[in-house]
Amino acid sequence: MNINTISKIKHGRNSRKRRWNIVTITLTVIVTLLCIAMLLLGNTIYPLNVVVKVLLGEEIKGATFAIETIRLPRMLAGLFTGFAFGIAGYIFQTMLRNPLANPNVIGVTSGSSAAAVFCIIILQSNKAVVSLASIIAGLLTTLIIYVLARGKVFSIGRLILVGIGLQAMCNAFITYVMLIGKQHDLPSAMRWLTGSLNGIKLQELPILVVSIIIFVPIIIVLSKPLSMLELGEQSAKMLGINTDLTRIVLIICAVILVAIATSVTGPIASIAFLAGPIATRLVGVGLSNSIPAGLVGAFLVLAADLVGQFAFIVKYPVGIITGIIGAPYLLFLLIQMNRRGDL
Amino acid sequence: MKDRSNYLPKQFILIAFLLIALLLLSIIASLMFGSRALTIQEVIDGLITGNSESYETSIVQKRIIRTVFAICCGAALGVSGVLMQSVTRNPIADPSILGVNTGAALFVVCGMTYFNINTANHYIWFALAGAMIVSVFVFGISSLGRGGATPLKLVLAGAATSVALTSLTTGIMIPRSFIMDQFRFWQVGSVGAGTWESVTLITPFLLIGIVIALFTAPALNALALGEDVATGLGVKTGFIKLMASFAAVMLCGATTAVAGPIAFVGLLATHVVRLLIGADIKFLLPMSALTGATLLIISDVLGRLIGRPGELEVGVLTAFIGAPLLIILAMKAKVRSL
Repeated sequence: MNINTISKIKHGRNSRKRRWNIVTITLTVIVTLLCIAMLLLGNTIYPLNVVVKVLLGEEIKGATFAIETIRLPRMLAGLFTGFAFGIAGYIFQTMLRNPLANPNVIGVTSGSSAAAVFCIIILQSNKAVVSLASIIAGLLTTLIIYVLARGKVFSIGRLILVGIGLQAMCNAFITYVMLIGKQHDLPSAMRWLTGSLNGIKLQELPILVVSIIIFVPIIIVLSKPLSMLELGEQSAKMLGINTDLTRIVLIICAVILVAIATSVTGPIASIAFLAGPIATRLVGVGLSNSIPAGLVGAFLVLAADLVGQFAFIVKYPVGIITGIIGAPYLLFLLIQMNRRGDL
Repeated sequence: MKDRSNYLPKQFILIAFLLIALLLLSIIASLMFGSRALTIQEVIDGLITGNSESYETSIVQKRIIRTVFAICCGAALGVSGVLMQSVTRNPIADPSILGVNTGAALFVVCGMTYFNINTANHYIWFALAGAMIVSVFVFGISSLGRGGATPLKLVLAGAATSVALTSLTTGIMIPRSFIMDQFRFWQVGSVGAGTWESVTLITPFLLIGIVIALFTAPALNALALGEDVATGLGVKTGFIKLMASFAAVMLCGATTAVAGPIAFVGLLATHVVRLLIGADIKFLLPMSALTGATLLIISDVLGRLIGRPGELEVGVLTAFIGAPLLIILAMKAKVRSL
């Protein structure tokens, strides 16, 4: 390899790093701005200095309640679940090497939702039990799908079909439970079908934050092996990667993140599926895009929630907005993959 | 040489006889069981005397309507499943997978909201229109590109479309709680709300659909050998496909309009029958109709027994019976053919 090529490669890598930095910083700034907007906007629009005062602990009549009990939890929930969905979706897509593979299509979230609805309506359990059940159910669903779809040769197609089958069952179960449920339980159970940031309390967030603090660093550490997995099973093995271990650890991290995020807001459609490809489009391939994907996820949730809250006469939950945004993209992707003959 | 046109599949008569017996048994069960179980004597009394004075008689009358309605819907879904699977040449084609249900749902909600419709004979046109448009759309998208509509592409296109349409439907409903209430009960497929009116309403659609199905059957058999072979045999493939899909969508669209979305009956019936008598569509069609009707009645009876004193809607049960079949099909399928 002559000097010329080496310098070219170096140059390429440096420019990719620069681009990664620029994109990440820009995204962080945008997400921060959206967070601030979430705090400022509402039925009453408070100026920035009032918000700052409230956050610093000052009691202001009206503002304290609106900001601390309604807007702050909403903003934080959007931020963290968006981040979790985005990063987990990216992991799924990268590891299975298919942009269509995401926890919603594969059926992980529907398992979580079914467990949560069951706990809320039938068992009348408290929030902690609901979260725990939805996490366990998410992991269990993943395990079942994995076992059923394993086969002799791994096939993403089989995985998706099995996932859709399981999803159909979970959805039928949810519909049934919703039908026999009491009227006053329905609103809190509805969240498990569409995904919404309404009425989230600050006490529900610590478990999500802790899980992000634990699992995101693991994902970042494993991002190098992950990018080698992208080259394919054989190449990754030759580069000295323990492919099975890497895959299992990453899947567990991603599933736990998805399940916990789902347990807070319900399955917000399309985030896990949109964030990865958008991040890759922005940053380009070559470096690990897990952080940008998380930021894109947070951006999407916050922006969609603002749209849902203020763009129409009626307030729509965030999941409906993201569902409508996500589907055209999925169809676009299908058409594009068809052209390349990937499917 | 043996005349192939009179060829009957192995043990066809025996199987047909068994299926008919099973259907009769399920009809009897459907008349007997429910939140208040009746004895056979009471059922016979109710059938023969026919005066709606006594309590038992009125129960039997209600259950007769329900059973007839279930037979119509089940048969329609069974035929529709055969047609869809042979047109798409795809073992997992089913109205629920093609997004037909969500399409019908969106149009019905639009009708309720913007055109103030609230009776079944208006629903049916909206549901049919929605079913047609969405199934054409989904099938169109998934058959782009190399290899035509593979099962995987079909499922993904259907899933994506369903997500979008469900979001739209919910979006329309949220500000209008009275529509949400109206829609909540339509949304779960059920045969409990069937009346003689709804039976007469869907009968013309079913008849037209079934007649078209029977006429296209020989050509569909040829189509199963591949597009080129079929053209070589003198089949106008484009026209046949169009007619068969039209019939399929009409059958499931009409059913969805009156009974709500009932998933997987077409898929199940077709596969069970194909397992029993092979792939000849001439025989598949009537047998699948028979099996579809039996399946729907049995699911309905089960739903009534499990959900006592209320009932478990049949749409929920068929999903639980049908989804495992989808999973088994996926597990058995060769990786290539996905």
